[in-house]
Amino acid sequence: MLRKADLQNDTLLEMQRRMIRIRLFDERASKMVKRGYIPGTVHTSIGQEAQVVGACMALRKGDHITGNHRSHGHPIGMGSPLGPLMAELVGKATGVCRGKGGSLHLADYAHGSLGESGITGSSIPIAVGAGLSAQTLGEDRVAMCFFGDGAANQGVLYESMNLASAWKLPVIFLCENNHYALSTPAHTVTGGRIVDRAAGFGMPGVRVENGQNVLDVHEAVSEAAARGRRGDGPTLVEVMTYRYREHSEGLRINVDYRDTNEREIWLARDPIQAHRAWLIAEGVASEAELDALADAIAQEVEDCVTFTMESPDPEPKAAFEDLYTDPYDLEAVL
Amino acid sequence: MSVMTYIGAIGAAQQEAMIADERVIIIGEDVEANVYGTTGGGKQRAEKGDFVEQFGNRRIRNTPISEEAIVGAAIGAAMTGLRPIVDLSYSSFLYMAMDQLVNQAAKNRYMFGGQSSVPVVFRSAMFYGLNTGAHHSDRPYPMFMNVPGLKIIAPASASDAKGLLRQAIDSDDPVMSFEAVPLWGLKEEIEDKEYRIPFGKARIRREGSDVTVVGISGSLPLALKAAEAMAEEHGISCEVIDPRTLVPLDTATIVESVRKTGRLVLAEPAHRACGATAEIAATVAEEAQDALRAPIRRLTAPNMQIPFSPALEAQLYPTTEKIAAAIRQVVGLEEAVKERISA
Ligand SMILES: Cc1ncc(C[n+]2csc(CCOP(=O)(O)OP(=O)(O)O)c2C)c(N)n1
Ligand SMILES: [Mg+2]
Repeated sequence: MLRKADLQNDTLLEMQRRMIRIRLFDERASKMVKRGYIPGTVHTSIGQEAQVVGACMALRKGDHITGNHRSHGHPIGMGSPLGPLMAELVGKATGVCRGKGGSLHLADYAHGSLGESGITGSSIPIAVGAGLSAQTLGEDRVAMCFFGDGAANQGVLYESMNLASAWKLPVIFLCENNHYALSTPAHTVTGGRIVDRAAGFGMPGVRVENGQNVLDVHEAVSEAAARGRRGDGPTLVEVMTYRYREHSEGLRINVDYRDTNEREIWLARDPIQAHRAWLIAEGVASEAELDALADAIAQEVEDCVTFTMESPDPEPKAAFEDLYTDPYDLEAVL
Repeated sequence: MSVMTYIGAIGAAQQEAMIADERVIIIGEDVEANVYGTTGGGKQRAEKGDFVEQFGNRRIRNTPISEEAIVGAAIGAAMTGLRPIVDLSYSSFLYMAMDQLVNQAAKNRYMFGGQSSVPVVFRSAMFYGLNTGAHHSDRPYPMFMNVPGLKIIAPASASDAKGLLRQAIDSDDPVMSFEAVPLWGLKEEIEDKEYRIPFGKARIRREGSDVTVVGISGSLPLALKAAEAMAEEHGISCEVIDPRTLVPLDTATIVESVRKTGRLVLAEPAHRACGATAEIAATVAEEAQDALRAPIRRLTAPNMQIPFSPALEAQLYPTTEKIAAAIRQVVGLEEAVKERISA
């Protein structure tokens, strides 16, 4: 059941705000892919907003995250402004990565986002490194890596969990278990439960059964973060959730790999609707206030699209910048 | 000045950097016990200069055998405030961490539009010619020359090993250091004060006017010996160049030398296909074809795996004799000898 943790009202509302931001941003991005404004494709976090926001908001300023291809929610969850994110998806000069990364490689260092990754599993040890620097430099911060149930079967995760555990690094391994890796149901390729793998590395494993409840996710990750800050080492948090959309926008898979009833069941547990109902029931906000909040975010998304469309394309020479920290001899690469 | 070995110079550079900057840490398998000889004064904790005694276990990080996680964690640590040196021991083990090296270290700064910098050094040693068999004798630096975003050093002397490594540790970009185990014992006089050697500046080891000879890594000392023999035996004057860094690569110095000599012989221990010498040869062909008085000659390992038996392995790499023969050939001496015999 939903509980009111020891959270301030503005935090509870901020959760709702960020979840709606992800939903509306991703819905808009999806449309922009279909209309050809966004080149290539995007992977939306629609349906997984509670899992993303509950986790990100359990962190503090100065903490770090790394992510994967399902990439927009993570920086939005960390509070990254939408304009430069959308501009990045379209490939504009004002993009958060100057148009060099695109959807798969969003990063916003000003908000603790060290970078999403188009290679599944690849950013996991990067977060371990952020934990290593925190410990070595004696800085009070934690690092969290997001990865899917699919990536949970990659060896790099286990090298990383072992290393983080052996060195007691402040790291949170956050598995977004949305039950599928592209078209592959997790249970068909996964031996045992992912969360149980934590025990093998001598670290706590926590499974958030209702990953559609932002407070449940927040609580689990807050505990993991506190543990990291205390110097007690890493935690594996597996969050059970669901993506409403296809693996990526525009992708057509003819084989029916998902049960149709299943989607209805998950839709009935929608994280944004659930949190809204709870906020009202607890007297945190009125219906009218929550409507106004949603409207404001709709406007934010409108504005981020306007910002994007009014932004210039990058100059061709930008393709030859940012490879190294020192100026690079263009002649040498052309 | 004091005399140092190639491997001693690497250890000394690490020690200096550790003292100079608290953010420098060493991560690797068996670094605590100084198994590979670059993280301590000797092989015992009690010996003077032991790194753990000096810097503690927070900065000397003995790791599990987890190359992918070690390399990835070093990259993440570099992106968030440390300046790690990763000791991967054998170059052959780099493949275990290929994803992290290629997809993270090399690409992050670029993909993220310059938001990150990745000041990390990946050290590995090429144990070739030592009968270690195919799993331990790789010389894989050319593969990484094909990965924009990495810098690559390949020192061929003690003084260069020390100065280049200091520069690498100072660099805000990822640097791969390929160290030649056959050169570990090579001695050279080294300045006592701290120094750094800038990247992208070849070292002319011997000046000459007839043939330009480029030696890479372990092939450089062989090139020097061949040049000496050619001067003594035939009065041929060779200019011997060590590029020292492969990315960036100082082709300007080589092209300039070829414009003077008109002849080019290249030697390296890596496989032939797409090797560093192939890149240099192509550049010279593009930029100084008109100056060439003879075809370019390359001495490399063939595109063949490395066999174990001492009776088989040695023949695969460039030797002083092979380099000398190539020098004779480009100056036309081989033809002259053949003509004399047939006459
Ligand atoms: C190393 C690697 N292998 C395969 C892919 C192709 N791929 C992209 S996403 C994906 C599924 C990932 O599933 P999961 O980790 O569960 O994340 P989800 O998409 O469900 O969020 C696959 C196979 C990839 N990008 N990288
Ligand atoms: Mg999944």
